[in-house]
Amino acid sequence: MTERIERHHYDVVVIGAGGAGLRAAIEARLAGKRVAIISKSLFGKAHTVMAEGGAAAAMGNANSRDNWQVHFRDTMRGGKFLNNFRMAELHAKEAPQRIWELETYGALFDRTPDGKISQRNFGGHEYPRLAHVGDRTGLELIRTLQQKIVSLQQEDKREFGDYDARIRVFAETTITELLLDGDRIAGAFGYYRESGDFLLLQAPAVVLATGGVGRSYKVTSNSWEYTGDGHALALRAGATLINMEFLQFHPTGMVWPPSVKGILVTESVRGDGGVLKNSEGKRFMFQYVPDVFRKQYAETEEEADRWYTDPDNNRRPPELLPRDEVARAINNEVKEGRGTPAGGIYLDIASRRSAEYIQKRLPSMYHQFKELADVDITKEPMEIGPTCHYVMGGVEVDPDSGAAMGHVQGLFAAGEVSGGMHGSNRLGGNSLSDLLVFGKRAGEYAASYVDGIEKRPTVPAADVEAAVDTALAPLTREAGENPYKLQQDLQAVMGDLVGIIRRKGELEDALTRLAELRERVAKVGTTGGRRYNPGWHLALDLRNMLVVSECTAKAALEREESRGGHTREDFPAMSAKWRTVNLVCSLDGDKVRLEHKPLPKIRPELIGLFDRTELSKYLTEEELADFDASAEGAGK
Amino acid sequence: MGEKRQFKVWRGDETGGDLQDYQVEVNEGEVVLDIIHRLQATEAPDLACRWNCKAGKCGSCSMEINGMPRLGCMTRMSTFSETETITVTPLRTFPVIRDLVTDVSFNYEKARETPAFAPPVGVAPGEYRMQQVDVERSQEFRKCIECFLCQNTCHVVRDHDENKNAFSGPRYFIRAAELDMHPLDAREDRKTYAQQHQGLGYCNITKCCTEVCPEHIKITDNAIIPMKERVVDRKYDPLVWLGSKIFRRHPDDDELVQSGSSHAVSAGPAMTGVDLPDAHERTEEQEVERGVNWHRRVGPAQLPAVGANGRLGVSEAAFDRSGAASPFGDDVEFPLPPRDLNYAHPDQD
Repeated sequence: MTERIERHHYDVVVIGAGGAGLRAAIEARLAGKRVAIISKSLFGKAHTVMAEGGAAAAMGNANSRDNWQVHFRDTMRGGKFLNNFRMAELHAKEAPQRIWELETYGALFDRTPDGKISQRNFGGHEYPRLAHVGDRTGLELIRTLQQKIVSLQQEDKREFGDYDARIRVFAETTITELLLDGDRIAGAFGYYRESGDFLLLQAPAVVLATGGVGRSYKVTSNSWEYTGDGHALALRAGATLINMEFLQFHPTGMVWPPSVKGILVTESVRGDGGVLKNSEGKRFMFQYVPDVFRKQYAETEEEADRWYTDPDNNRRPPELLPRDEVARAINNEVKEGRGTPAGGIYLDIASRRSAEYIQKRLPSMYHQFKELADVDITKEPMEIGPTCHYVMGGVEVDPDSGAAMGHVQGLFAAGEVSGGMHGSNRLGGNSLSDLLVFGKRAGEYAASYVDGIEKRPTVPAADVEAAVDTALAPLTREAGENPYKLQQDLQAVMGDLVGIIRRKGELEDALTRLAELRERVAKVGTTGGRRYNPGWHLALDLRNMLVVSECTAKAALEREESRGGHTREDFPAMSAKWRTVNLVCSLDGDKVRLEHKPLPKIRPELIGLFDRTELSKYLTEEELADFDASAEGAGK
Repeated sequence: MGEKRQFKVWRGDETGGDLQDYQVEVNEGEVVLDIIHRLQATEAPDLACRWNCKAGKCGSCSMEINGMPRLGCMTRMSTFSETETITVTPLRTFPVIRDLVTDVSFNYEKARETPAFAPPVGVAPGEYRMQQVDVERSQEFRKCIECFLCQNTCHVVRDHDENKNAFSGPRYFIRAAELDMHPLDAREDRKTYAQQHQGLGYCNITKCCTEVCPEHIKITDNAIIPMKERVVDRKYDPLVWLGSKIFRRHPDDDELVQSGSSHAVSAGPAMTGVDLPDAHERTEEQEVERGVNWHRRVGPAQLPAVGANGRLGVSEAAFDRSGAASPFGDDVEFPLPPRDLNYAHPDQD
């Protein structure tokens, strides 16, 4: 082989430098492991910075009645009971500790009058629960974790004379392949974006924390990094993906002007008094409260408005329904011709709150719209519509350890790239706490996996050569198809045919077109050499985007019901039978294989947290009979 | 569809390069980064440019647009006239990697050299108690998105590579200030450290960093000046001054008075803006020629307007410059005339 490859040895390689990746790296380093962090962008730029609202944790600072059981219940409700119950349980129990821990790293959350961490209301959460810093909580989180890593590096420098002794950040580096020794992880292969040079990191454990898949969609709040790398790497290494049909379309993304198309308007705008209106000026959300939520939401504007000041004696405004409900409602209003000129609806806080209040409560929203779009949100309503925001699906993992299922060992996943925690729909605020809770767990268990191995796996030389060839292939096809054009075509297929509302015919059409795209992506070409060449980078990302899109389209066609982030026009109702099923994707050669797998059974003391009437909306007859039997048993 | 506009974009690498002309379609409501993306998708697929969030939150797409350090995603095309040629170049202070991408590792090195948060001893996680007014001062600095535009524009390093070793730059001065003002940070020496090891003394308060900050952090007023001044404060502790007055300590004993001075300096407290008696005898020009008047006594900075409970009142906190007043006074123009400018340079200690 003529290609020069930089080689390193680590105990744990963390792919992804967002919240989950950094938290995992911290934990593995605290367990004494040598850790590499792979960051596709510069250190500290990860997509976590975009999270605005906050991190959900039942600390009970704002309302002492809050506790982990209530948080667990809200999470399961939000996910329409498709969540992996154990993950939801761990998440609800451990989130407060993970938040408090951040304060010891230097985080400065907003405070309550008695000096504790302030908590705010958010869609789907029964009590004010989101720890926040104005509306830039994600930035605080990433900066805090980044600075904790730096402080650990400073400790290592004092001890070993080298900052990089036990944690090294590989900035602007992309991993293209995971390398295996049999069915065990042996390392990761990739390239430096700056120079185009290759590197090989040999390590027995890899933590995937690569985030989501939104770049396969036309209108998305996600950055260019979100190309489903972790999902695709896991599949190719023999792991499985679940729930890939569930994508969250955030209801309030900007639709005008084009410079900000897709960019999020935080849910806090609604939490702080903003309402949704159609082009006729009607506050339409009252018509869209589904039966399962009827009890918790206000029926009149008067009651809804009283809630902001007196939440104990009034029900919540329907603008704060879970995201999937709001996105569908907006979609319907626009479809029925009551949309704005740019194809959205109005989010109005200007006519409901004073300019001072808005600037104080939503400083970065105000700032963002003023600067990016020249829109003054204290004076005029925003034009918003649904934008692709989050993928609930992801790597199927063991709930406690984050270890990937399927036939691979030494692979872990945390954060958005993992699946199961959020079921069919994620509640706002649960992602920041998710990545802390499961980031820590993945780091911890990856470290203990490394402790437990007898012999370190070795990287087969032939696989490295193959990885080099695959990576260089687009550069050898100078006359090949333009990667940007291919990406646009993929985005068009996914946005138009596998979007918010799905239909059988369109999904079948999507699968045909994805198969055509697969042929074209195999012939993608680019010019310009290896040095910081975005065309080449995109060409390599395309195959990941493609395989993940196939998983989504296939699973969406298979699931014949509507639930959370998956809406089928031809099957508009939720089906209790489908609730018991996870759709599991794996790779068979280069083909996506889809299997049905039963959901794990919720433990009796956890299902006992719910009313029978509520459960009857979700569970099958047999499950309900089971529930009654165990309730009776408990009563004796 | 929109009309074509003229662009000049710097293309090249560390060996050199030049401005290339492009005619690109521009639509209503677009920003400069949209145009760069259109270029990539059409005639220049290998045009190198960093970006991530496209919402002014991640600080990746820093570039110089018509010579001004800006974020590409936050520079609206509507701010230019239709006939104007828009020139896009990489950040000048950092070495070019390719096209608009520069090697910003300088900043990450400085980040590592800045001492981290020191958690208070004996306070368990979950037991941290802080008041909102107290965290807000540090929160201002934690808004920083690390776009490094302040680092890029700072003239101490912009055309002076040789200063990079000793100078951390505005980004890390606000980090030091943030930790200094953190209600629970256990380290006491943030100011001294900034003076002695971060090169705070190189800064002569031209406020360029504040001007380019896309987050509108008042870097100079709220971080750098307090960090400079408070070190002086300590040296000018009013009790020490009173002591020196009562015991008629010779001015030369005072550590801030430089030896070798030909003028005897009054030990009296000259307040800001009040000249020394002998200064009246010199013209403004001579004063400037003499450079900074190191003998000028600066009164103690005005303390924040706290109430009996030791906290800022609500009206104070809501003020756009809450906390202590600028030690130079709130109505002065920057840059200050040299004779009004004195502070302790680290090398002079």
